[in-house]
Amino acid sequence: MSDPTTPGSIPAAAAVAGDAQGMNVVARTQAQMVRRRFFRHRAAMAGLITLLLIVVLAFSSIGFASVPGWWDKDYFSIATVENRGRPTLSVIPTWLGGDGMHLGEHPFGQDNVGKDYFALTMRGVQQSLTIAFIVGLVGTVIGTMIGATAGYFRGRVEAVLMRFTDVMITIPLLVVAAVLGRRYGSSGIVVLGLVIGLVTWTGLARLVRGEFLSLREKEFVEAARAAGTSARRIIVKHMLPNIVGVIIVAATLAVAAAILLEAALSFLGFGVQDPDTSLGKLISTYQTAFSTRPWLFWFPGVFIIAIALSVNFIGDGLRDAFDPRQNRVRD
Amino acid sequence: MLVFIVRRVIISFFILLAATFVMYLLVANSGNPLQDLQESRAPNREAQIEARIRLLNLDTPAPLRYFIWLRGAAGCLVPFALECDLGQSIQGQDVTALLSVAFSQTLQLVIAATVLAMVLGITVGIVTALRQYSGLDYTVTFSAFLFFSLPIFWVAVLLKEYGAIRFNDWLADPTIPIGVAVVLGTISGLFWMIVIAGDRTRRVTTFAAAFVASAGALWLLSETQWFADPGLGIVVITVTAVGLAFLTTAVVAGFTYRNVLYAALAAAGIGIVCHFALDSVLDDPSGLTIVLLALVTVAVGMGLGYGLGGLQRRQAIQAAVLTGLGTGGLLFVDRLLGAWDSYSDRVGGRVIATIGARTPNFQGTFWEEGLDRATHLLLPTIAIVLISFATYTRYTRSSMLEVLNQDYVRTARSKGLAERGVVVKHAFRNAMIPITTLMAFDFAGVLSGAVITERVFGWTGLGTLFVTSLARVDPNPVMGFFLIAGTAVVVFNMLADIGYAFLDPRIRLS
Repeated sequence: MSDPTTPGSIPAAAAVAGDAQGMNVVARTQAQMVRRRFFRHRAAMAGLITLLLIVVLAFSSIGFASVPGWWDKDYFSIATVENRGRPTLSVIPTWLGGDGMHLGEHPFGQDNVGKDYFALTMRGVQQSLTIAFIVGLVGTVIGTMIGATAGYFRGRVEAVLMRFTDVMITIPLLVVAAVLGRRYGSSGIVVLGLVIGLVTWTGLARLVRGEFLSLREKEFVEAARAAGTSARRIIVKHMLPNIVGVIIVAATLAVAAAILLEAALSFLGFGVQDPDTSLGKLISTYQTAFSTRPWLFWFPGVFIIAIALSVNFIGDGLRDAFDPRQNRVRD
Repeated sequence: MLVFIVRRVIISFFILLAATFVMYLLVANSGNPLQDLQESRAPNREAQIEARIRLLNLDTPAPLRYFIWLRGAAGCLVPFALECDLGQSIQGQDVTALLSVAFSQTLQLVIAATVLAMVLGITVGIVTALRQYSGLDYTVTFSAFLFFSLPIFWVAVLLKEYGAIRFNDWLADPTIPIGVAVVLGTISGLFWMIVIAGDRTRRVTTFAAAFVASAGALWLLSETQWFADPGLGIVVITVTAVGLAFLTTAVVAGFTYRNVLYAALAAAGIGIVCHFALDSVLDDPSGLTIVLLALVTVAVGMGLGYGLGGLQRRQAIQAAVLTGLGTGGLLFVDRLLGAWDSYSDRVGGRVIATIGARTPNFQGTFWEEGLDRATHLLLPTIAIVLISFATYTRYTRSSMLEVLNQDYVRTARSKGLAERGVVVKHAFRNAMIPITTLMAFDFAGVLSGAVITERVFGWTGLGTLFVTSLARVDPNPVMGFFLIAGTAVVVFNMLADIGYAFLDPRIRLS
């Protein structure tokens, strides 16, 4: 923000200055600059790597659909509880006085009926991530469509759509999500993600509409309209690419919020239902076991925080990358 | 302005009407309200089902049933003239009665927490904006992200375990081992070293000072068995009150002219004198006495500011009133802590509560009952504050940074204004404009946001009412809850719009 020039004029100005001093200046496209800024954002990169590791771990360990994973136990088989179900994971090496670094039979311990808690947690991560991704995707698509339509067409269309948005905003998200979860929680996670996504678009719709209201007055939109371009093409080809940064950032943060929302719903009992599981459901089930078997509570909680934190950091990095004026210029 | 408000009220009314309709259909569709009866083996099953169908009008289709509900709810619009009828719960209780009990519980829980989160969050946000890219800024930014990402129920369970159960166990023998004191002292030293940045000598000095102060204080508290019978004592009260006087003066007026400082110090002094003078009054006062004392404090503060303020009368009044109220607050806390010992005996040493809003059937002096409420409020308040605090710091920081880079701030600096004036008068006021919107949203949101907190801490507030009713597919209490939450959203959004225009004259209402 301390830089008074607009971001668009930076490369041109830099190129002139560079030529004058005989320096080698590389021309970069907008996308390249965004990517560069993102990759230089340390917190965002740490978040991205953590998230990728978690995703790989969750989906490769116990496998998904019919693909088998490398972990030899599954999340539904009942076994005998050994050693009160204590976790066998050990990360302190022997030379530090620990038991050495090994996974053991049940690295995260076992639950009441002897299910392997590592497999259960991984299953929970898979389910929570899937729901959050679907919610983020559905919410973003609907929000963008409604916001873009309202902002481009104005008039009666806008009035109707925005009043509808106002009505939806009046209903607190957790409340409407709980009501929908009560009805659709048992229909599987895809349906649950879809219905929750149907009510999480309101914020983005307002954001996109606001951006569109100012974009539609720009000359290039007028030029496109004068050339007889169809409304659909103007919206998709001319206007949306200009606010793709806003949308991507909002979508990322929506995924982070959806992780927590799913956890909250499952905790209240209106989310994922038996026999399926999710991180929120695991915490909810074992919250009373905290004083006796804390690992049943810690592992899913740590995974929720790790996922939400890394997605939030990625979102922050993306925001800085797309709009360097908002924060420190990192290139 | 008036036209705008009237228009907004009318639009908001219709929006709320539409939202209740949507919500009613969703709730009616959320499950089968007869399920428990249909699965029961009671001999009079059919009669019970019949009774419930009649009670909830289940033989009417949901869209029509909404209008039956609406007719009752319409009565709530005209107080006293018509009867407010929000229907009955599945067990035949009146929803209005259920709501009023639950509502008061929720309000107790959220008001203090929200105000605390706002004050803390905005203060920290401003400080981090002023010290951008310092160690403090990075620490706060990271914590804000962490708090954003915390599931509130997870925090709440942790708080219950460590803040209450383990803490109460520890209170049985409240000694801090010397090793723990050293570790905590080191952490505090590192914390202050990060907060107060500077060159190496300054960092080392800060670390050493903070380490000695914290570890020493812990050792002292442990040796004197302070935790067994805590209190502030006259020394701490005096030092804090005088510090408060300097702080408020620094914020509202600066030290160029001494009148404001004298007024604030006088307010602090009178407060300290009252600590002794009002001893008998404060032995077992009523709530009314406390309110009256607070009013007297404000009046005395205004008098002091008026008398001593000189040219800076307005600032002096502000500083004196704030200092007076702050000192009064200290005395209040001191008295509450004074009841600790007897309260601890009466609840069997389990001082920090984990469940509910009050200890059932607890009767005691004003201070004991006050402490009872406070210990019940403590943990849920921390849980709520942690989450909203993060939002406030982030928004305030970015808004403040935006404003600090404006031309008028540069102008203010270049014409030689003191930094305090620039920050408080030019920057802060303008930075607060977007924050008002956030505040309005937050106030509206906390009612529903407390759903999970209430659930974990066993408060029988609106959130619990909502969750239990929804689980039973009991539409009327759910709608009652939504009516309150939705009205709050609509009203506060409207207030935000009006407040926005009021604070920023560039915005014209139309």
